[in-house]
Amino acid sequence: MEMVIILALVLYMFSAAGYFAFLFFQKDYLHRAGYFLILAGFVCHTFAIGYAFVNSGQIPVRNLHETLSVAGWVAAGFFLIFQYKFKMRILGIYAAPLVAMVMVAVSQVPNQPVEAQSIFKSFWLFSHILAIFVGEAAFALACGIGILYLLQENAIKSKSTGFFFRRLPSLDMLDNTGYVCIVVGFTMVTFGLITGFVYARSVWGKFWSWDPKEVWSGITWLFYAALLHERLTAGWRGRKAAVLAIIGFGVILFTFLGVNLLMKGHHEAFTSF
Amino acid sequence: MSEIVLLGLNHNTAPIELRECIAFSTDETVDALEALKRDPVINEILLFSTCNRVEVLLVTDDSTRAVESAQTFIADYNKIPLSQFQAALYIHQGDDAIRHIFRVAASLDSMVLGEPQILGQIKDAYHTATRKKCSGVILNRLMHRTFFVAKRIRTETGIGDRAVSISYAAIELARKIFGDLDQKKVLLIGAGEMAELAVEHLIRNRIGDILVANRTFERGVELAQQFNGEAVRFEELSDCLQTVDIIISSTGSPDFVVTRDQVKSIIRSRRNRPLFFIDIAVPRDIDPQINRITNTYVYDIDDLKGVIEENIEDRQREAIKADRIVDEAVIHFRHWVESLEVVPTIVAIRNKLEALAEAEIKKTLQSSKIPDEHREALQRMAGALINKILHDPTKVLKTRHHDDKSVLLDITRKLFNLDE
Repeated sequence: MEMVIILALVLYMFSAAGYFAFLFFQKDYLHRAGYFLILAGFVCHTFAIGYAFVNSGQIPVRNLHETLSVAGWVAAGFFLIFQYKFKMRILGIYAAPLVAMVMVAVSQVPNQPVEAQSIFKSFWLFSHILAIFVGEAAFALACGIGILYLLQENAIKSKSTGFFFRRLPSLDMLDNTGYVCIVVGFTMVTFGLITGFVYARSVWGKFWSWDPKEVWSGITWLFYAALLHERLTAGWRGRKAAVLAIIGFGVILFTFLGVNLLMKGHHEAFTSF
Repeated sequence: MSEIVLLGLNHNTAPIELRECIAFSTDETVDALEALKRDPVINEILLFSTCNRVEVLLVTDDSTRAVESAQTFIADYNKIPLSQFQAALYIHQGDDAIRHIFRVAASLDSMVLGEPQILGQIKDAYHTATRKKCSGVILNRLMHRTFFVAKRIRTETGIGDRAVSISYAAIELARKIFGDLDQKKVLLIGAGEMAELAVEHLIRNRIGDILVANRTFERGVELAQQFNGEAVRFEELSDCLQTVDIIISSTGSPDFVVTRDQVKSIIRSRRNRPLFFIDIAVPRDIDPQINRITNTYVYDIDDLKGVIEENIEDRQREAIKADRIVDEAVIHFRHWVESLEVVPTIVAIRNKLEALAEAEIKKTLQSSKIPDEHREALQRMAGALINKILHDPTKVLKTRHHDDKSVLLDITRKLFNLDE
């Protein structure tokens, strides 16, 4: 299975190369190649994860290696669907390297065998994990779109309409798709938190136990809730939305990884290495 | 042998005062075509005249006399002595003529590289020529190929891609900011050719409502009518800023017509929707400090010129690619013209052989004791023999490589004594 993971990683890297070439040369076949390479990588990746799933009987997030792998897999899948729907060709230049980097980390982290525990075989847990990962993938994409927005906005503001100007879509499109990603992300994360609470209740007897993960998830949730609220009422769009999407992703990264690695709590086990 | 000849003058060789005198209107073009077609030395003719060039494309067997005819006609018709414009005339023959017409149609010879009008203009001139039955096999094929090459260049190179006019550049920017322009509102402050052209571009891009503000309300109403928009009083400007998305300003005012404070005060009520100012005026109408406000963009005329300069450089790079396509096309066309010459030669040989065969059959039937009924058999034999004799030479002439062809054709004609 390691070989399959390596194969997926290689495909993701080639996809990233394809998108970079597309950035420079703007030839159609390059971004199409990039897309198909990610798709191929995703298929291999699915095999690897599916295998681990069947083997362990639960969603394979038992250590850092597996958790990162699933995160990368969800991110790739989300990008593929997003790209298919919105056809923002240049976004691959953010998504492909991101997934590739995650998989590089996966390959560097040893895959410690972990005992399967029965409390982990629960529908609520499954939904919780999937929803959270999809939400995070959406926020990751929103961050990427935010970066592209800032690049394009800078090109237009500073009157240097050279390299990026023609290669990036309109500000309006970037702003709108970023918004879509945040809405999707927020919805999924809300659902993920709810299922998380239900699961916690079923396993530990209470919804909330002031675990660092829970606290930081709450902070993340509030951050994006505020973002959405301000967008709808005060019109926090355009530059502000882009910057906040990037900051938000930073918060997500901390909540997702930082808490696990730096603080003690009951999510620690999932990212041990 | 048919030759393609092109003569003319353009914005590079003749100043506007001279071009004005030589230009042909549509009716005058028809006159010219009819007159020149009557000349026996001219087989096919096309004339096109635009504000930047007048060119005559001829197919003739005697290029010197044809050129003379055309020159004389232009001088007489326009009542201007030949000496006055002869220096500005360029004359191209054969491959050069073909290359020239390909380049002109692809807008490689235009004042603004990559401009889209010239192709339509040449197409119109060609239609006029066909209507007047002035074009034949060669010109038809040449013009169709010209249109094909021009289209190919437009799709395969970026030569027409980016804006090189102020108004167009402004619209391109608007599209990069707003994406789709329908549903967006534009406010025109003042008036002026460039500003109005920009509004027209926006209309073509399906812009939503158009508001016109002018210090003189009546003038504003006039303009608004022109664009199917609405006139607003100059004093209402600030209020308009709340609802419009694009502002095009072109007034003669020495002061700013829109200040930073004005914009800052309405940004919140606009809920941060982007605002794009196109300031074509000198002195500037829009306070440049407004560009520093988030989600607001101000482009003055220098900024737009900067954008265009970059685009023009790009076009020049693309022109190199285009020239390569032209060179390729010229070679292909030449091959076709040459294959055309093979056919009459072969037909001439065939005719000669058939005449000889017929004469000999007649003699044979008369002198020998072969009855008349066998005439048909003899004719059939002669026909079959001629086909078989011609088969190899035809194949060789038709597929011979370019360099040999004209020499080979020449020898063939000499061998069979076709040109006596």
